[in-house]
Amino acid sequence: MLEIKNLHASVEGKEILKGVNLKMNAGEIHAIMGPNGSGKSTLAQVLAGHEAYEVTEGEVLYNGMNLLDLDPEERAREGVFLAFQYPVEIPGVSNAYFLRSALNEVRKHHGLEVIDAADFLRLAKDKMKMLDMDKSMLNRSVNEGFSGGEKKRNEIFQMAMLNPKLAVLDETDSGLDIDALKIVANGVNTLRSADNAFLVITHYQRLLNYIVPDFVHVLVDGRIVKSGGKELALQLEEAGYDEVKMEALQAAGIA
Amino acid sequence: MKTTTEFNQMYLSDFKRVESSLNGAKDHPVHALRQAGITRFNELGFPTTRHEEWKYTNILPLAKTTFKASFRYDAAGVTPETVTHFSFEGLDCIQLVFVNGHFSAELSHTTDLPEGVTVLSLAEAFNSHPDLIQAHLGKYAVADENPFVALNNAFIQDGAFLHVAKNIVLEKPVHFLYLSSAPDEPVRSHPRNLFILDTGAQVNVIEHYTGIENQTYFTNPVTEVVLAANAEIHLIRLQDESKNAYHVSATQVVQQRDSRFYANSFDFGAKIVRNDPGMRADGEGTHSELNGLYVLNGDQHCDNHTVIDHAMPNATSHEIYKGVLSDNARAVFNGKIFVRQDAQKIDSVQENNNILLSDSAEVDTKPQLEIFADDVKCTHGATIGKLDDEPIFYLQARGIDREKAKTILTHAFAYQVIDFVQIEEMHPYLNKLLSAQLNEAIEVVL
Repeated sequence: MLEIKNLHASVEGKEILKGVNLKMNAGEIHAIMGPNGSGKSTLAQVLAGHEAYEVTEGEVLYNGMNLLDLDPEERAREGVFLAFQYPVEIPGVSNAYFLRSALNEVRKHHGLEVIDAADFLRLAKDKMKMLDMDKSMLNRSVNEGFSGGEKKRNEIFQMAMLNPKLAVLDETDSGLDIDALKIVANGVNTLRSADNAFLVITHYQRLLNYIVPDFVHVLVDGRIVKSGGKELALQLEEAGYDEVKMEALQAAGIA
Repeated sequence: MKTTTEFNQMYLSDFKRVESSLNGAKDHPVHALRQAGITRFNELGFPTTRHEEWKYTNILPLAKTTFKASFRYDAAGVTPETVTHFSFEGLDCIQLVFVNGHFSAELSHTTDLPEGVTVLSLAEAFNSHPDLIQAHLGKYAVADENPFVALNNAFIQDGAFLHVAKNIVLEKPVHFLYLSSAPDEPVRSHPRNLFILDTGAQVNVIEHYTGIENQTYFTNPVTEVVLAANAEIHLIRLQDESKNAYHVSATQVVQQRDSRFYANSFDFGAKIVRNDPGMRADGEGTHSELNGLYVLNGDQHCDNHTVIDHAMPNATSHEIYKGVLSDNARAVFNGKIFVRQDAQKIDSVQENNNILLSDSAEVDTKPQLEIFADDVKCTHGATIGKLDDEPIFYLQARGIDREKAKTILTHAFAYQVIDFVQIEEMHPYLNKLLSAQLNEAIEVVL
């Protein structure tokens, strides 16, 4: 599904990603953990195609395509979804209009007919129920005046509606209380299938109690310094990043 | 040279021609207002860009154009179909139509007025309501420094007259449709409107200025609004003139105690536009909202000079003007807020936000707060720029292409002012005008 090879990326001339390698297959959930400033969000933004992040080296293959050659909207239509760490407020554009437009772009891309207002509403209500959201949200402006938790839930709702192949969740757990966290995790687990993959970016192990990853990778200073199974997350929680970082540096013969 | 009287002659001779045809009507009190108007206009002449209040708006193309004055009603090719075209679908309203400034009985619908509500042409009100005319007409819109108010005074003939008696709430909106039709040569009109609301009265009024596509003409309306204690008006001004037209308007509202004034002003049309809307509080506890939207393209020029005058305490005012400009369009916003010495406890917010869609579009914005009281809260802000990148990327990241994302975001930015309009039946009509002005490739119905 996804293969990241030696990915280097800079923002405003400063190199953040310094050679990331990662391979994901359909049906898998991968977690990326790491301290603040390690490049987790940069990786997410690069995968989504944010133009402020300049890829200086490496490549990303997504279902046989060179992902970095695609515009952000083309990536989305091909099934790449980024749940934003900081979802943007868009005054004046209702969630319903926004999401129906998005869904129809994806459908058109795959040669499907556009969804009419009634079918859209039915689908939306169904997904909102799963995420315990009030349907009045559809008529509100996108994320405007939403609490942190509502914004994150809205990201997962959008994901549920667009049904992506590769979902990148960028710190979706931050700002969520435990009940909201469970609801969001439940949403992800419901969507999980043999045909899609999730890349869950998080600072804390907490979320991974509910979204159980197949693989855990530790990103430190722009590189994946350690990979392992779900137990690695627990280990990190106890030992902290410093130990893993030291270990990795020692292994690389630097320290 | 702050003003020029070089182009006054046409107006002076037209005035003489009208005056000589008046005979006995010269003794009418309104005629004194006309005479004072032409005298003042002749002294002031047209402003040049050396004039501080006209610094960014060059009115000379208008001054140089010869316009034929129309002194009596003529349908000028306007049919009921034309009126339907400019009506709001599904809106049950009282509709008065004016063609080139003159009331058209044949095209209007004024039946079913509830008790206590008077909706007439101003010309008719001269005879039927002389006391109200004498008490109010020309008492609020000040011609001293504004040559276009003076010009309107000079040619007062017709327009809209509305009176709502004490505690009457008029449910049906009133749609005043001012159509200009100049198939042969440029025409001018000077509609004069007077809206009087007695204590506790409420009404929704639409002032709608439009004309036949591509024709050249000059519309010079002046509107005076009197709100007695606790009265409320929603005043929607929709300017969608021909792209070759000139539109210079002034609106003056006087608010008595606890009255509420909601203005929504839309400028989509005309080649050169200048609006001078003003509010003066004459009683405590007033609430005023002045909202405006201008969406311009080509070589359009639109200048809004607003004045909010808090002469009395315990009042609130909110003002938001938004603009979207493409091509070589140019906009001016000058927002004066006065808080007089005794006007304590004023809460006033003013914003002017603009999006420029091209590098050659330009906006000059200037807030002017003059505060003489010490216990007040006044804020103002102005922005001019392009769309933010982050919302564009957010939409792209959901599959919407960049151009479409920009269209949606620009539309939403402007639509906020349409959303303020309490008459929901107007929304689709305004939305279409917005889409057309933005040259949208897709239909955006938010």
